[in-house]
Amino acid sequence: MDIFIQQLINGLTLGSVYAVVALGYTMVYGIIQLINFAHGELVMIGAMVAFTLIGVLVPKGLNPMVIVLLATACAIPVCMLVGYAMERLAYRPLRRAPRLAPLITAIGVSIILQHLALLVWTRNNLAFPQVIKTQSYAIGGATITNVQIAIMLMSLVMMAGLALLVYRTRLGTAMRATAQNAQVAGLMGIDINRMIAATFVIGAALAAVAGVMVGSYYGIAHYQMGALLGLKAFSAAVLGGIGNLPGAMLGGLTLGVVEALGAGYIGDLTGDVFGSNYQDVFAFLVLIVVLVFRPSGLLGERVGDRA
Amino acid sequence: MRDLLRRNAAVRWSAVVLIALVLIALPFALSQAGTAWVRITNLAILFTLLALGLNIVVGFAGLLDLGYVAFYAVGAYAYALLASPHFGLHLPFWVILPIGAAVAALFGVLLGAPTLKLRGDYLAIVTLGFGEIVRIFLNNLSRPVNITNGPQGISQIDPFSIAGVSFAKTDTVMGAMVSGPMKYYWFLLALLVVVIAINLRLQNSRIGRAWEAVREDETAARAMGIDTTKIKLLAFAMGASFGGVAGGLFAAIQGFISPESFVLVESIMVVAMVVLGGMGNIWGVILGALLLSFVPEILRYTVEPLQKAAFGRMIVEPEVLRMLIFGFALVLVMLFRPAGLLPSAVRRRELAARGEGELAERKA
Amino acid sequence: MKSGKARGDNSAKALVTAEGIGKRFGGVQALTGVSFEIKEGEIYGLIGPNGAGKTTLFNVLTGIYAPDAGTFTFRGRDITGLKTHEIAAAGIARTFQNIRLFANLSALENVMIGRHVRTRAGVLGAVLRDRRTRAEEAAIQARAVELLEYVGIAPRANDAAGSLPYGDQRRLEIARALATDPTLLALDEPAAGMNASETIGLRKLLERVREDGIALLLIEHDMKLVMKVCDRVLVLDYGERIAEGAPSEVQKDAKVIEAYLGTPA
Repeated sequence: MDIFIQQLINGLTLGSVYAVVALGYTMVYGIIQLINFAHGELVMIGAMVAFTLIGVLVPKGLNPMVIVLLATACAIPVCMLVGYAMERLAYRPLRRAPRLAPLITAIGVSIILQHLALLVWTRNNLAFPQVIKTQSYAIGGATITNVQIAIMLMSLVMMAGLALLVYRTRLGTAMRATAQNAQVAGLMGIDINRMIAATFVIGAALAAVAGVMVGSYYGIAHYQMGALLGLKAFSAAVLGGIGNLPGAMLGGLTLGVVEALGAGYIGDLTGDVFGSNYQDVFAFLVLIVVLVFRPSGLLGERVGDRA
Repeated sequence: MRDLLRRNAAVRWSAVVLIALVLIALPFALSQAGTAWVRITNLAILFTLLALGLNIVVGFAGLLDLGYVAFYAVGAYAYALLASPHFGLHLPFWVILPIGAAVAALFGVLLGAPTLKLRGDYLAIVTLGFGEIVRIFLNNLSRPVNITNGPQGISQIDPFSIAGVSFAKTDTVMGAMVSGPMKYYWFLLALLVVVIAINLRLQNSRIGRAWEAVREDETAARAMGIDTTKIKLLAFAMGASFGGVAGGLFAAIQGFISPESFVLVESIMVVAMVVLGGMGNIWGVILGALLLSFVPEILRYTVEPLQKAAFGRMIVEPEVLRMLIFGFALVLVMLFRPAGLLPSAVRRRELAARGEGELAERKA
Repeated sequence: MKSGKARGDNSAKALVTAEGIGKRFGGVQALTGVSFEIKEGEIYGLIGPNGAGKTTLFNVLTGIYAPDAGTFTFRGRDITGLKTHEIAAAGIARTFQNIRLFANLSALENVMIGRHVRTRAGVLGAVLRDRRTRAEEAAIQARAVELLEYVGIAPRANDAAGSLPYGDQRRLEIARALATDPTLLALDEPAAGMNASETIGLRKLLERVREDGIALLLIEHDMKLVMKVCDRVLVLDYGERIAEGAPSEVQKDAKVIEAYLGTPA
């Protein structure tokens, strides 16, 4: 029981990050039925840019909070630009192509971004500069750090912000209309291309912040960190119901908790045949089980007609 | 030229004999540049075998499998476990290869079964997940019973041996030096010819047509009495079996395998070979595999000295350059030549139809 | 082609018997208690206003959905709930309202695929190309050519199916379905989108098929065609059977008139 609460906290923290990344996947899939394989790379770029900036700013002796916020504020436009570029250059020309083509292209974009990052930042891990003092709080027999609290709060803020944008603004309504039926939305005077671009750009912004969160949680960033995270976040999006925003949030949190609890208990459950090194398998198993038994996910998928 | 070949049987046969002689003599020529190039060629043929196997799944049946490397791994580990000091078994290769193919085929059915009802991109992701799961298990099945020896892999795998002639040693035959890799080359070449023949026959058969039907319109295929479940599983099994055989050969040639060799990027590489070469077209797939195997190696040998000469140092490692080019190749081919370098006849018709449709829409 | 039974033979045996077929989709009861009988060698029409459940009944019969209630018997065998490909193997072949050809394959290949269910060569046969497999392949090709001639599109054998004119595509779909050697050929709106002369050509083709002993089940909206070619019809409205019989009788049935035209003011 003692590890339960601890793993729950860890799971919710990680799950919050998954949720934010999953939102990006789910929005893009909802609007153009594309699995953007390169979305994980956007998270990575966000982390790398932010870390680099933090490393530059720390010697200046500014307030740690300011440094992190400044770094994040710079990472966001960079990721938005990359997101816009990938949509405009690689995906838009393939809007009418059979499903296979954009999928392959997305894989190609992912590989390109990974290796460009490798060129810029080398193979070495970028360490998160010790700028924030970790403080732990005891809660119910387990500990929670201020970083974890910050991550969960930040995720909540972003999810709320996104919900506000999507459900309460004209832009959001236009995006939802495009996702449900692009052809008709176009007839109503909505600029489909701009809506799709907006989806990518917003998702990229979320990815940037998620990158900072992941980086600060694990303390390091490197050019391959986006790949596995991206797959897991995609599993989370599918778990919640692809195209469904609340689903992505729920899926992310659920996956994080399942993974953490699984890693914590698997040794006991299997008599030590399988250890926590099998942790990564959970995300894949969840994905496979969901797709085979309940493909519409927990909250039901919301995918429109393919444009 | 093509007409000449088609009409005159004598010309056709002479061309075949000529190509065969060149291919058989090739390793002697390559050895002049170093045994490494024979090894590279062997790897290229292995990848061609993989690509042909995947072509059955992706090209014939239209099932996008992003986890194909799992079958390669299964075949390799089957070989390693049955012909190395690990379990103390030393079965001959002609016993193990069929076993490897069968085990891989079984995995093909197991991994394919849950995917049957999934649509295109979901199918891709699930197969990707399976590929990763297999790799993770291979990496961890060292406790409590040491099956795969974990990340350290299995070494000292027995090489092939035919009639007492070991494939690991170099012999001198009639004054010419015949190295181990060269012997493997001829075996691989013969195997490749057999695999190509099998693929060509499968394509033009009742089963091949059934796969095409399932790929074009599964509902209509079912209405015509095709058991789509069995047909899809058959595609998975057949494709996997080729991967299994290639895996066994890989284990024997390298003498050592570990989970590191069976990572996701290998699956993607094989998919790229099939897609870039021309999905469904056997010759296109072979071309794609050879290009993607040889070009990076050629790069490796030219890029390094070039950069040093131009910039005084290496700015971009060959490995990174290779991956960058690979990524760009994927994107550019999808943008400008999505049917691949040598599109299959079916794909050509599809593109022509879509081209007309778009033209009509633009006129309207 | 097979020899057939003469038209109007009232002693013809039942080919398909449906008892109390029901089907529900979520909140909608698409079919309720539908019972009918198709006799061997007859042309049986399925008509009714839009939304009456015709295509649903069609899809349930051909195994696309399983019924919630009721049974289907085909040649004395219970085929309720069998899968689509099993029903095709049993002898019921169908075409689709929206034409589902293998568009990028040639017309000939389309029909050859229709022979799949009656042939046997597997992987071993494909790879070894032994004498039996070669003979089977030759037979498949010959039969496919024969069927293309039968429906009248032989010159187009090597054209991509998707490139054929609309009328030829419908004929090709029929040829492909006939390749499965069915006892019942089920056609979903075969005359849709056809002009008057094309419809006459279709009628002649359907009559030929009947003469060769194959029963036909038609969903149709073209009433002239139905009246001319069907031996009997089943009328559905709101998922229920409201009449069954010869077209001339059903035409005069009060309930049928009401269903199509509404009650007089």
